[in-house]
Amino acid sequence: MNDISLKDALKVVGTRPVRPDGVDKVMGRAQFGGDAVMPGMIFGSTVRSPHAHARIIKIDTSAAEAMKGVRAVVTAADLPNITSEEAFVGEGPMNFRDLSCNLMARDKVLYDGHVVAAVAATSTSIARAAAEAIKVEYEVLPHVINEMEAMQPGAPVLHDDIFTSGVDPKPTTPSNVVKRMEFAKGDLEAGFAAADKIVERTYTTAPVHQAYIEPHACVAAFNPDGQCQVICSSQGHFMVRAYCAKLLGIDISEIRVTPAEIGGGFGGKTLVYLEPLALALSRKAGRPVRMVMTREEVFRGSGPTSGGTINVKVGAKMDGTITAAHAEVILQAGAYPGSPIGPALMTCWAMYDIENASAVGFDVVSNRPKVAAYRAPGAPISTYATESAVDELSRAIGMDPIELRLKNAAKDGTKALYGPTFQNIGYVETLEAAKNHPNLQAKLGPNQGRGVAAGFWFNIGGESSASLAVNEDGTIALVSGSPDIGGSRASMAMMAAEVLGVNVERVRPIIGDTASVGFTFVTGGSRVTFATGTAVCDASDDIVKQLRGRAAKLWEIDVEAVEWRDGSAYPAGDNAGKFEPLSLADIAVKSGRTGGPIAAKATVNAQGAGPGWGVHVVDVEVDKETGHVKILRYTAAQDVGRAIHPSYVEGQVQGGAVQGIGWALNEEYIYDKDGRLDNGGFLDYRVPVASDLPKIDVALVEVPNPRHPFGAKGVGEVPIVPPMAAIANAIFDATGVRMTSLPMSPPKVRAALDAAGK
Amino acid sequence: MYSPTYAAPTTVDEAVGLLANASGAARVLSGGTDLIIQMRSGRLRPEVIVDIKKIAGTIGIREEADGWHIGAATPGAEIGEHAGLCAAWPGVTEAVQLIGSTQVQGRASFAGNLCNASPAGDSVPGLVAAGALAVIVGKNGKRTVPVEDVPVSPGRTSLAADEFVYEFIIPKASGKTSDAYLRFIPRTEMDIAVVGCGITVTLDASGTCTAAKVCLGAVAPTILVLDDAAKILIGNKLDDATLAKLDAAAQAACKPIDDKRGTIEFRTKVAGVLARRVAAIAFERAAAR
Ligand SMILES: Cc1cc2nc3c(=O)[nH]c(=O)nc-3n(C[C@H](O)[C@H](O)[C@H](O)COP(=O)(O)OP(=O)(O)OC[C@H]3O[C@@H](n4cnc5c(N)ncnc54)[C@H](O)[C@@H]3O)c2cc1C
Repeated sequence: MNDISLKDALKVVGTRPVRPDGVDKVMGRAQFGGDAVMPGMIFGSTVRSPHAHARIIKIDTSAAEAMKGVRAVVTAADLPNITSEEAFVGEGPMNFRDLSCNLMARDKVLYDGHVVAAVAATSTSIARAAAEAIKVEYEVLPHVINEMEAMQPGAPVLHDDIFTSGVDPKPTTPSNVVKRMEFAKGDLEAGFAAADKIVERTYTTAPVHQAYIEPHACVAAFNPDGQCQVICSSQGHFMVRAYCAKLLGIDISEIRVTPAEIGGGFGGKTLVYLEPLALALSRKAGRPVRMVMTREEVFRGSGPTSGGTINVKVGAKMDGTITAAHAEVILQAGAYPGSPIGPALMTCWAMYDIENASAVGFDVVSNRPKVAAYRAPGAPISTYATESAVDELSRAIGMDPIELRLKNAAKDGTKALYGPTFQNIGYVETLEAAKNHPNLQAKLGPNQGRGVAAGFWFNIGGESSASLAVNEDGTIALVSGSPDIGGSRASMAMMAAEVLGVNVERVRPIIGDTASVGFTFVTGGSRVTFATGTAVCDASDDIVKQLRGRAAKLWEIDVEAVEWRDGSAYPAGDNAGKFEPLSLADIAVKSGRTGGPIAAKATVNAQGAGPGWGVHVVDVEVDKETGHVKILRYTAAQDVGRAIHPSYVEGQVQGGAVQGIGWALNEEYIYDKDGRLDNGGFLDYRVPVASDLPKIDVALVEVPNPRHPFGAKGVGEVPIVPPMAAIANAIFDATGVRMTSLPMSPPKVRAALDAAGK
Repeated sequence: MYSPTYAAPTTVDEAVGLLANASGAARVLSGGTDLIIQMRSGRLRPEVIVDIKKIAGTIGIREEADGWHIGAATPGAEIGEHAGLCAAWPGVTEAVQLIGSTQVQGRASFAGNLCNASPAGDSVPGLVAAGALAVIVGKNGKRTVPVEDVPVSPGRTSLAADEFVYEFIIPKASGKTSDAYLRFIPRTEMDIAVVGCGITVTLDASGTCTAAKVCLGAVAPTILVLDDAAKILIGNKLDDATLAKLDAAAQAACKPIDDKRGTIEFRTKVAGVLARRVAAIAFERAAAR
């Protein structure tokens, strides 16, 4: 295999070819989930709860069923009653029973927008009218939205079978607190006693949605012979298959899922909302059913990530040594257990080598949609708090924020609070890259400020499959099992081309359906270039081996005497120069004579993903009279291992930073007093628009990961971790006011300035 | 199943007839950038839609002796490209160009913005401050009213069921007269005004204000015309004391609500801030005439 330190030897990796899926997308021809068509298909719609918390007394579907054009109505009674069982199918654990109840409420609705019934009809408008004709009788129950209120004794309890785990003694009465978790090392008390300065503060964050442009969409057919076909956009069609099988009680072999193009996921499409319902409707109707959410349904019914409350205490000596650090993190899980509390705790101090540290967390249910993964789940929330506190600490001891981080930086050999010992990490290099970026030389004017924050994300490996076939003309068909949400087809083709020594245009990458390629875990955890990329390289290595074998056969020499270089077989050793080299195409055309078609497949359970490190520096200007914060300059440095396609790596970093800017400044779920979502649309759920943003400048740092053929590390998640703290720190620098609550929207900034008399 | 009828009459009489004789609720369609969205969301379900854009005079800008005549459904993009009108009334024309995006402005009109009757409509405070008139047609003929008399409460206008706005007349800006409009939004575009403020001033040769009209949007159920604030400006130059009084008068006039777009306290404070900033621009422009 290639020596990853020899970047200069690479011909394809590190270049910027046009992406194979680019032209279709630019021309509007790409087929997204809602574009898929099946012959004879009809259209589905859902009935959603208008209440935050209520018991379902009765569902009367008779009027809807009697309507002309209505072909099927389903309720929870049409789905199997699943028993409690932990699933590891998507990103982060999910209980099958909870997922089933989240898809279609059983007995109780737990949030505004919770689905209670679904209907399929010959047109979308009939389906919607039928949905309105379904009468649901509710007994409205008291509700609770805020996580701190949900923890109080006497709060409305969502589930009568949640008894807080991780506490001793285990409680005997149910509550909304699902579990307590803790990571600790050293002696906190001694650590704080040794500190010269201590910062202690409480921070809050609001739940934010992944806000992918494409709403959830699918078309599904449940055929009379029991075979099912699903076409949908998701972050994992094997995940869709597994969930549909389990939730409908059918064998995995009966279901074939074809991935559509995906218009953004960011973690929010690592679970199912529509597909099992569409199959259940199709089973009843005898026709394929298409379902597409409206934007309002996306906001009300699909998972945002958690909001939370974080208490931080951190202390340092005047020389900058951090002596002790503690964080307590309380996260909203939504209506069912399972906030990203684990990763929130594991990541929040990971950038530091601290002797005495702890992180304690609580997972809390309340009457909100069940949270879903969102880029680096949990880390942005806890890190907003810890990196704000570290900024305050750096000011308290009068040390530059980057210098303080360098002094305490995690390095190779640092044992993280959550257990592992880091190897081959590039955090110090990333800090240096940020420190040396020309943007930091820019002079700041009045009401302008600069903020720095860092972030960590594990990145994962896991199970992936890929196969390659050599076509008769020497071009290559490459099939992998990973939906492409960030340009991964380009990277896969480039890695294969590099190994094979051919032009990248000769490799045509596609994503296979669940029957055409081996199992592949979801596109999540920043794993695809690392794990699926490893499978692609393994399969490509196998192809090279076979090509050498075929050349050996043609030359009638030993395979060991054939060398593969620049896309051709060369006789080597004693045979060097004895035969004309054979190109890949030469061998392909003769493959029938040398043993038949040339193809290879590889499956991996990749281990050793290199963690990602990001350091962001942002300059802001605060309009003190209106509280409006303008982003003037934004610099994001990140250790990416090796950028296979630098443009798409930069795109990931820019996208993460921009989503973080939205999270920091304006995005939030707003509920009215009845627990109904008040801003379920892009008008009042404010993601940044282009005119809000400067160019996001990216500094790629490449400290290779030896566990990947070309040194790649995951890149897609860590860039959303630092922005919120970086912006809060910049606002402080500009105004002297510390913003401890997200979003830092104009009314809140102005109120904070007024309260501080600024 | 909901299926409205659509008509695109070519004369005022025909349109009035359709509105007067509609069996259910009828709605006038100009650009449709409010109406279609409200229909899609299910908030509005008119039985009859009367598109007025085929009626002569509803699209286009003419300069006449009594002022600028602007067809009710003239899209914002066309208004923004009219050099004469933009030079005469920079505030009015800037305001309409704040609406939505380039795409939305291909359709969005003054009449729709006014008759949607949201207190946050961006083009309304500027029109009011400029002293614009709305020409309304109906089965009893034509009547002309000040723009501020059209909206009566959120979503409701003073128009009868058979009436619609045919055109607007903005007086010619004489002497040292000019205007400005600013709105506050959390982002930089594609948003609804949290506060909007339009001011027109006339100055004498010394820079002293001789006439003024101040209008605030999004801080009460309808737009507010601030007579007190105008009185503060008249007889004064743009000095700190005048600006401070203007700020206080604007804040005092606000009757905003607490909602997802801003708190009462925030809207009130920002109304004062915008009044000061808008007055400064209007004075500077008027002085330059
Ligand atoms: C993406 C987007 C962004 C937007 N941004 C803004 C913004 O920044 N600021 C802002 O103020 N608005 C904004 N809007 C709202 C809308 O574009 C404006 O209010 C616009 O001016 C409406 O004009 P229209 O011609 O499209 O109205 P229409 O939708 O045609 O009509 C609106 C209402 O007025 C009535 N009506 C229309 N014409 C007449 C008439 N001649 N006589 C009587 N009644 C009439 C209609 O029946 C309807 O009730 C936005 C809309 C969208 C979709």
